[in-house]
Amino acid sequence: MKIDFQQLTQMIQKLKANPYKIYPVKTPHTGKIIEFKVKEGMEVTGPRGKWLEKPGSPLFVLEREKNPKIISSNYNGVVQNIRFEFLNKFVEAFETVLEIKHALTQEEIISEILLSTLFVIKAPETARYIINPELAKQIEKEGLGKVTVKQGSELLTMTFMKRETPIHLRERGTFVIYRLYFKPFEIVPSNAPLIGLCPVEDLPYLERIIQRIKEEWPA
Amino acid sequence: MQIELHKALRDLLDTAEYIKDIKGEDFLNIKEYVNKINEICANFYDFSPSEIKAFYEKTKETVDQILLKAEETLTPYEIVKIVRHPKRFTLMDILENVYDNYVELGGEGELNIDPAIVCAKALISRRVGNEVYFHQVMVIGHEKGQGEEYRRGGSATPWGNEKALRYMKMAETEGIPIHFFIFTPGAYPIEDYPGAAQQIARNLYYLSKLEVPTVSFISEGGSGGAEAIGLTDFRLMSEKGYYSVISPEGGAAIEAKLRDERPPRELVEKMAVALKLTAQDNLKLGTIDRVVPEPPLGARRKDYEFFKRLKFELIKATDQIVLQTRSIKLLRRYALSKQNTESFKYFVNWELSEDEKEILMENRWEKYRKMSQWAVLESKGIFKSLTERGAKITQSLAYEFKYQVLKKGQKTFKKFLDELLSESTVLMKPVSDPVKSVYNLIVGKKIRPKVRALAEIDVDSSMYQSPLALQDRTVTCPQAEKYGCPDLWVPDLYGEFCGVCPTCGYHFPLEYNWYLNNIFDRDSVKFFNEELSSSNPLNFEGYAEKLKAARKETGLNSSLLSFEAKIGGISIVAIMLVADFRQGTVGVAEGEKFIRAIELAKLTRRPFLSLVHTTGGIRIHEGTLGVVQMPRCTMAVRDYVDSGGLYLVVYDNNSYAGPVASFLGSAPYQFALKSTRLGFAGPRVILETTGQPVPPDYHSVENALKRGHIQGIWDRRELRKKLFFALLTMGGPNLYYR
Repeated sequence: MKIDFQQLTQMIQKLKANPYKIYPVKTPHTGKIIEFKVKEGMEVTGPRGKWLEKPGSPLFVLEREKNPKIISSNYNGVVQNIRFEFLNKFVEAFETVLEIKHALTQEEIISEILLSTLFVIKAPETARYIINPELAKQIEKEGLGKVTVKQGSELLTMTFMKRETPIHLRERGTFVIYRLYFKPFEIVPSNAPLIGLCPVEDLPYLERIIQRIKEEWPA
Repeated sequence: MQIELHKALRDLLDTAEYIKDIKGEDFLNIKEYVNKINEICANFYDFSPSEIKAFYEKTKETVDQILLKAEETLTPYEIVKIVRHPKRFTLMDILENVYDNYVELGGEGELNIDPAIVCAKALISRRVGNEVYFHQVMVIGHEKGQGEEYRRGGSATPWGNEKALRYMKMAETEGIPIHFFIFTPGAYPIEDYPGAAQQIARNLYYLSKLEVPTVSFISEGGSGGAEAIGLTDFRLMSEKGYYSVISPEGGAAIEAKLRDERPPRELVEKMAVALKLTAQDNLKLGTIDRVVPEPPLGARRKDYEFFKRLKFELIKATDQIVLQTRSIKLLRRYALSKQNTESFKYFVNWELSEDEKEILMENRWEKYRKMSQWAVLESKGIFKSLTERGAKITQSLAYEFKYQVLKKGQKTFKKFLDELLSESTVLMKPVSDPVKSVYNLIVGKKIRPKVRALAEIDVDSSMYQSPLALQDRTVTCPQAEKYGCPDLWVPDLYGEFCGVCPTCGYHFPLEYNWYLNNIFDRDSVKFFNEELSSSNPLNFEGYAEKLKAARKETGLNSSLLSFEAKIGGISIVAIMLVADFRQGTVGVAEGEKFIRAIELAKLTRRPFLSLVHTTGGIRIHEGTLGVVQMPRCTMAVRDYVDSGGLYLVVYDNNSYAGPVASFLGSAPYQFALKSTRLGFAGPRVILETTGQPVPPDYHSVENALKRGHIQGIWDRRELRKKLFFALLTMGGPNLYYR
């Protein structure tokens, strides 16, 4: 298990060339677009509030059967490629009406890179997970990116309805625990990432890359 | 000498500052006097004693005069200010000065389940001639705190009220009277178990049949929070106290329809007058029994004369309650009525016998039954009311005969027969069983228990067309984002779907007529007491017009419909609070109608159903007359449930505040339709009181079920069926269909 450096470099280059994510906004159903609430290049926000109870910025109004419906933004970003030709026209369902260009933040870029480069252990089942107490103690003492594990060592305990199953590291080699994606005793859905591991020998290189990203992208 | 003079000067300064706080800086140059005294106090040793003495005597005279003037011109809002002033006496002062000795129960100071509620076992003494008698009493009340933030100014949490209830029960076990002290701006509006509204309802339910004499003393009576420990045999109120349905600020904000800003000062002052919240007003309205006089501008922490008077009034009130239950009481009652000095000429034992307890319960019920009744408008001729009364008596006699004499005999006989038969089967079993099994083996028959449906009910869908369904358009389900519900065509939604989104089960609000026509058997709904309405008892400005407009718009006289109806052939008595009439708020007329309906249900031995279309709480325009509907109606509920009735509550849309905290929340079986919102105070009030915003689903029915406030969530499409089976499977044994 080794990090594919070539792929990583490509990915970084791609992100550097275009550090955005583009979310197309589509019509949920057929209807007539009776009003656009945004202009090209306008900044919009996603849902806000402590419980995301306030809807995002309104984008356009879609009407069908005398039921005007305001479509609002789910992401923060800038509006682009509005298709004004749709105004007062009948539109099919799932038609892209406009796009929201979301500028990736430093944190988002790092997590994206890590998720694709690290060796990620995923949750086999929907259950609660606890990290091995000895490892937890070490991590608390030394921090992430310092503690090493070997093949066969017990990483986690999966607990579901009071039944506990240990999870061991199957991969050959020595790894460093680089990221924890869950909180102990919280229910994790199956296939969600739990732990991100990095091979010991690749650690310096990875850290250099992260450092570079941090320098190049202001937070 | 010097020190005494300095102390006297300090006291004078204290009084002057107090007047300044209550009446404002500009009142009769009080600010100048405060400054002057302050200056002399600060440079006390620069003046000669005789100079200071002359100054003191001169100023004291003026300040005393100002105090009297201030007392004369006292406005209701200034009374509210007196009550909230940090120098006002609190429960702790009363415990120290009125009672001879006390032990605090259930926590002390900050180490407490709820520091806003103080419970204590106390001794109160009375001197008769040369003898001193001690009475043991339970003291329960709100503690506003003498500068302690953790007491929350006397706002009791749900578990604080639960603690109060626990010690009420303790006092009942021990047979000692309870003195309640109400110093609360309102209950702390959080929903965590046991729930603000539900716990107040539980307290009221229990208080209505608490078998010990209870006296309450109101200094600050803030609506529901006050009621939680306010249903008592005798209600005292301090002269400078207030007892109100809502704080003047809250009332002003509602009347001015303000959402996030504070109401202007003039509006608040006007509201304080309009709400009729002072002691004299409440005495006139009949919501309290006696006023305890206070010194000018209200008693402060060191007014020992006032505590002496309060002690006398408390003993007198308890005596009065106890003597009303006694058979030998004439002389002492006479002595009591003549009693005006602070020493007693007689002794009354406060323990009650079983018979006396019964009389106490009757007296309490009578007291609250009559309270606020005068404010109900009933347009009826003398002849009609006389015939109705006659009919009522005959009906009552007939039902008594039917259920007490005939049915009871029948029931006893049937029970005896059942027992006899069961006994004989047990006796015969060892003999009959082997024979039976051999027979079955030969014939080849298996024993199969007979299965039969409990009952069946028809659901007629083509009964009633909602006027909402008459539009040709679609609407979006509010949960479409989450569950991906397709748009709904209005005629479908309000017709076949009963206003329920078929994808996610969201319930759209429906008009109250839908329930009347679709839940009950066809043409079985018969309204009664329709003519009862409110008479604007407080002469609240603009209320008469609002009532008139609501009447014109809805064709109803009050927000509460009471009717007899049938579900699947079962006769029931029901009430419905409807949103159309002033948001389903409850006032005097609604309370009276509720009590009459539940009394009818008790008389005719029928189940009672409260269907809540929407309720917004107690109507503020009727002031404390509205608030006393809480104890009144809850007592009626207790009476009905104790006599063996089945009381069901079904919530829909929005149910908040007073009614939920009394006659609805005290029901043993409460259900809610999906998408209902249910609780004590709305999110804005919670934010204002606790400083914490609540999640948008805080009052949702799912959370109410999780917290244990209700028994289940029903679907509107199945409401008729659910009600029918609830009627069959629940309830006491003396319902007529059992």
